[in-house]
Amino acid sequence: MNLETIITHSPALIVAVPLLGAFLTPLVAKINDKVRNIFVILTVGLTAFLVYLLASDVLANGIRTYVFGGGSPVIGSGESAFAIRILFEVDGMNIFMAIIASILALAGVIYSWAFMKGNTGLDKYYTLILLMIAGMFGMILTGDMFNFFVFLEITSISACALIAFWTNKGRAVDAGFKYIVISSIGALFVLFAIGILYGQYNALNMAVLANSMQYTFLDKIALVLLIAGLAMKAGIVPMHMWLPDAYGRAPSPVTLILVGTTQASLYGVLRMSFTVYGGHLTTPLKQVGDITIDLSLLLGIVIVALAIVTILIGVLMALKQTNFKRMIAFAAVGEIGYIFLAIGTAITTITNDPNTGATILTGSGEMALKGGIFHIINDALDVGLLFLVAGAIYYAAKETSLDKMGGLARNLKYTTVFFLIGLLAVSGMPPMNGFASKLMIYQSTYQINPILAIVAILCSILLLAAFVKVFHAAFLGPKLPKFTGVKEVPKSMLIAMGIIACIIIFFGLFPDFVVNNIVQPAANALADNSIYITQVIGGGL
Amino acid sequence: MIFNIPFIAVAALVLIGLYAVVFKRNLIKIVIGITLIESGVNLFLITLAYRKDSTAPIYTASPGGIMSMPVPHALTLTSIVIGVAVLALMLSLVVYIYRHYKTLDVRKIGGGEEE
Amino acid sequence: MSGMSKIVKTITSIAFPFTMIYGLYIIAHGHLTPGGGFQGGAVVASRCAMILFAYGSVWTMGKIKEKHLSGLESLGAIGFICLAFFGLIFGLQYFFNNFLVGEKGLNLIFNQLAIGASNINTAGVLPLMNFAVGLKVIAGLFGIVLVMAYATSLKEGK
Repeated sequence: MNLETIITHSPALIVAVPLLGAFLTPLVAKINDKVRNIFVILTVGLTAFLVYLLASDVLANGIRTYVFGGGSPVIGSGESAFAIRILFEVDGMNIFMAIIASILALAGVIYSWAFMKGNTGLDKYYTLILLMIAGMFGMILTGDMFNFFVFLEITSISACALIAFWTNKGRAVDAGFKYIVISSIGALFVLFAIGILYGQYNALNMAVLANSMQYTFLDKIALVLLIAGLAMKAGIVPMHMWLPDAYGRAPSPVTLILVGTTQASLYGVLRMSFTVYGGHLTTPLKQVGDITIDLSLLLGIVIVALAIVTILIGVLMALKQTNFKRMIAFAAVGEIGYIFLAIGTAITTITNDPNTGATILTGSGEMALKGGIFHIINDALDVGLLFLVAGAIYYAAKETSLDKMGGLARNLKYTTVFFLIGLLAVSGMPPMNGFASKLMIYQSTYQINPILAIVAILCSILLLAAFVKVFHAAFLGPKLPKFTGVKEVPKSMLIAMGIIACIIIFFGLFPDFVVNNIVQPAANALADNSIYITQVIGGGL
Repeated sequence: MIFNIPFIAVAALVLIGLYAVVFKRNLIKIVIGITLIESGVNLFLITLAYRKDSTAPIYTASPGGIMSMPVPHALTLTSIVIGVAVLALMLSLVVYIYRHYKTLDVRKIGGGEEE
Repeated sequence: MSGMSKIVKTITSIAFPFTMIYGLYIIAHGHLTPGGGFQGGAVVASRCAMILFAYGSVWTMGKIKEKHLSGLESLGAIGFICLAFFGLIFGLQYFFNNFLVGEKGLNLIFNQLAIGASNINTAGVLPLMNFAVGLKVIAGLFGIVLVMAYATSLKEGK
């Protein structure tokens, strides 16, 4: 069993190892509690190691596919290809999201060793976390539309059961109910769109669908349903109502991995609009004077408008909250708005290359796409670190309301430092990683329309104001008498926060290294979908 | 025209389900609305599989003639299983909410700030 | 909830084995006729739920402990995923491969045994996966109904 065989089979093993771990956990838990915790951490660690192996191969050698059950994924080749088997297809964008998911999963599981001690029903908690991680990886790595839907539902069912974990508080159960209602309606819209596409083209494979798509009226309906259904799960305004409740009332390690699943739904929007509909984004829709409005311009303007509203609502609502975790949840809504702003700007600049006829991004569109993709990983890390700090304060001082906290910096020294790092990163200050990606977003949106960049910069400054207020209220100030017995949080929580803080500082000091090696292959894979198609169909496009 | 009736039924089911989720106040009625939407989408998937004058695709030694397509039948089965799991989860959450708040009215649960 | 009258209990006990055989038949012939793991498992689980309604949830909870059901469910799930991993070791060295179909070695014994008996053994690893999924569905669905009925009966009692 040499390294080459492991790398060949690793797309399937990345999904299968957490699944096997999830089914073995109730049996392992009968022995001891500590053995169960170590078993779960080892499983997630093995998955992260496999992701690292696969990443080093894909970033060096290019795209890679894996067919379940052996054989070839299509019968025939070229134009008459008929898709028959389920396959996983891993290119630059997939492996980028898998790296994010593995970092978040590892930090979350290490953090929950100490945080969840003393709760009952922990067997079911660890089983559900491993199931959620397996569903998240399956959603990211797959190349088949119906497989994507099945993993989407697995992830949302396990996430709902984990949000409502503290069943003695009625508000957590209420947040879980809201989450499952909106999640399942969004997933049913996605299934409806998959049915429409299957009925027309007789294929469920993403590459074969992208090859044989003609842009008829039914396809327009399918595109709208797909983007609306997946945006419901990603928390774009006006479908963001579940986000503050679900993020604010779940246990903190669960919120960390929930951030990962929200980013995976955002990845779904990108994959559908760039790869499956990629060849038809330049269809002209109507002529106004002598400007041709084509589909990319219309789609881009709609996405940019939604993104600006999301940023404004997220940041303004964050200013008036008094509950610590709800404020961070509204800041997370604002950050998703930034990612959408960059993606919308990139879509508006897609045109046809006059020499080769392929679709490319022009001008500042490429910087916008790179900035947006870089901001995905920065947002996940920053907001994750802030949620972990909020959980640490809840564990140590049993308080979540900002009115009643004060003077905690004397007792919780390390937590204060981590909170400072997270505050600087979220609001885009150097030398943290938020500064690098937000600078790319400001520069590229300024060239489209200056007002967008001004709104974005103003909202960053408002976020800084909100979090400085939190820092002053919670950590500085005189010592309150009821906090005299508060000690520092246990080591495993500090280790988890330390991992994320080190990665944030590393990305902030060397952004060039990250952009050239990890972000650029992802942007290349999204902008041009012909490599994705020829890998499956096999030449003769 | 008579072959369009299943599609009209699909549209009616989805619209009635969406109306129940958006406008009704009882929690159980919201759950029933989601089940209606799911039934509508399953019916849509099965209707896509029918070809004119075809039989069921289950024979090992077929008596001739064409058969309807078997792939959407498998997709619908998976969707029904997922629907059962979601329904069980939602009903358990409703039992917990009733035990805590003593009412099933959507406007009276939740709200307010934390402790 | 409390049980029903004596007539209902007697008729349920008599009709119980026949419907169980019907459900297990649907699971076992999943690769030849319509049916399979989930459908047969749902039939058997609704049959067990009828026992629950006829005899009352307190009596049934005394006879069947919930952690036995949990253990059976885990066993079904582990069987399914181990069959998928065996495709990685034997057969064509791919995940989820159907490694019991073919003409050599172990397969010769397995397949030649039943040619002519309506081809029941010719689908390789599929019937085994059907059994694993059917076991998991029976334990899971029956566990859900049992726990819900017991929870509501507790609330009435207090």
